[in-house]
Amino acid sequence: MTGRIAAVAAAELKIALRNRWILTATFMMTAFGLVLALAGSAPAGTVGADRLTVTVASLATLSVYLVPLIALLLSYDAIAGEVERGTLPLLLTYPVSRRDVLAGKLVAQLTVVALAVLIGFGITAAAVWAAGGASLSGLRDLTRLYASAVLLGGTFLAAGFCLSALTRQSAAAASLAIAIWIVAVVLFDVALLGAVVVDDGGLFTTQIFPWLLVAGPTDAFRLFNLSGLSVELETGGLGGSAVSLGVPGWAPLVSMALWPCVLVLFAAFIFRRCEA
Amino acid sequence: MSGPAISINNVSKRYRKQVALDGVSLEVAPGERVALLGHNGAGKTTLLKLVLGLTPSDAGEITVLGAPPGSAAARRAYAYLPENVAFHKLLTGREQIAMLARLKGESAQRAAESLERVGLGDAMDRRIGTYSKGMRQRLGLAQLIIGQPQIVILDEPTSGLDPISREMFYSIVVELAEAGAAVIHSSHALTELEARTDRIAILRNGKLVADDQLAQLQINANLPIRLRVQAGLESADSIAERLGGARINGQAVELICQPGEKIARLAQVTSLGESVRDIDVIPPSLEDVYRHYCGPDATLEKAP
Repeated sequence: MTGRIAAVAAAELKIALRNRWILTATFMMTAFGLVLALAGSAPAGTVGADRLTVTVASLATLSVYLVPLIALLLSYDAIAGEVERGTLPLLLTYPVSRRDVLAGKLVAQLTVVALAVLIGFGITAAAVWAAGGASLSGLRDLTRLYASAVLLGGTFLAAGFCLSALTRQSAAAASLAIAIWIVAVVLFDVALLGAVVVDDGGLFTTQIFPWLLVAGPTDAFRLFNLSGLSVELETGGLGGSAVSLGVPGWAPLVSMALWPCVLVLFAAFIFRRCEA
Repeated sequence: MSGPAISINNVSKRYRKQVALDGVSLEVAPGERVALLGHNGAGKTTLLKLVLGLTPSDAGEITVLGAPPGSAAARRAYAYLPENVAFHKLLTGREQIAMLARLKGESAQRAAESLERVGLGDAMDRRIGTYSKGMRQRLGLAQLIIGQPQIVILDEPTSGLDPISREMFYSIVVELAEAGAAVIHSSHALTELEARTDRIAILRNGKLVADDQLAQLQINANLPIRLRVQAGLESADSIAERLGGARINGQAVELICQPGEKIARLAQVTSLGESVRDIDVIPPSLEDVYRHYCGPDATLEKAP
């Protein structure tokens, strides 16, 4: 079974390498990371916080936007593309289950995301380290950020698989992917903020809002990384830490871990029902 | 093994209100080649997809080597060549076939061998995007012969092939059948198929209207036989007059007779002695048989 997943994954990786997805994704992560690190280093110098930690805060905000985008663009075509090219029926007569096909694609694309983020963060961190003022505690924050960014990538890869299996058409899957991205990284927060403003400190704001915030995969990611920083930073965005919001400290991590699992299972469920 | 390799028993399939297959039964023994004919939309591809387990049937039962279609056991036995076979254009031929070989538990070396076999040895390290249609079709053939397939399903496979590749294709099919594979081969290329199948099944509007050997179908259809008589010492005109046939050129006369009258007609012709130089007996072709079973309203697509 694992041999078959590996066979599918190896072919997918070659394709990702040749259509320059690995290159594009890595370039995006590196370029934006460096710009943020350089722009963020000026004010941090006077605050006296660890420079790497400041950079981690910037990279976390960057990742909230970029990692889901990269993951969705990688994955939306995974099944729809096979259906449109007409390669799926042949593949499904081979001794490989749909679950293994999905697993192979997930392994390959997760590798692409992990590689792009690793190189992007790595180059950024190296630049900050070279400029001085970074410490080992910042490195710990960076590692946390990296692991959670890969998990975030997994969530949106699985989301891409879901809509790819649902629509079975590349164009429809692509437009849905963009819609999901806008909702996940922008509209969800805007809607929550709007509700909080309307509610004006009522029951919603104190009881429901924190849980909704933690339930969103991108906000959970942000909370997890910003509240975990070794140095308290005055950061923008929604919420400072989970605890200050009134939800348990473990909640963001659970939310982040649950999302990819649920979405992968859902994608497998849809894919199993789709006729070739 | 005993019993049929593929057993299709009273199977029906509908897409919304459209009936695609209606009570179709068909059996294919190991080593047997069955040609599946029928007009466009007759249900050929649907039937093949049911056998491959790509689509579930609504009623009836299909077994493949005693297992349900699409089951793990059945998938180990399949070899499938779809109409318009497609591959990812960014992979090379070798990578694509090696990947499929790995899924069947075969080595990359076997993949390279099968690529050599179909004449893609020189092109196998090029990307599939650079291949011509015929080369992609041969790539489809290469994946067909990986492993030891016992169930071979071919859906109009010769459409993009040149005559040499076609010959190669049919020799591969013969090899697979000789190795014990049950072959179902859907096609429009009637003249090609005539000598290359053991049995013929014809679908019409989702119903199986014929399933027998060509010779038996010819008898069942009771189609007229043509006798072409070459004039000898006597003129074609006078032979035509004496035998009651039609002169088709200066030298030959054509007689049309029912199968039952054939011997009597032949005796009549030979009784003319030196007047006749030669005689050809032309039985109804597969095309005639096909036309008979698919009716006058069916559109017949000729092979390209």
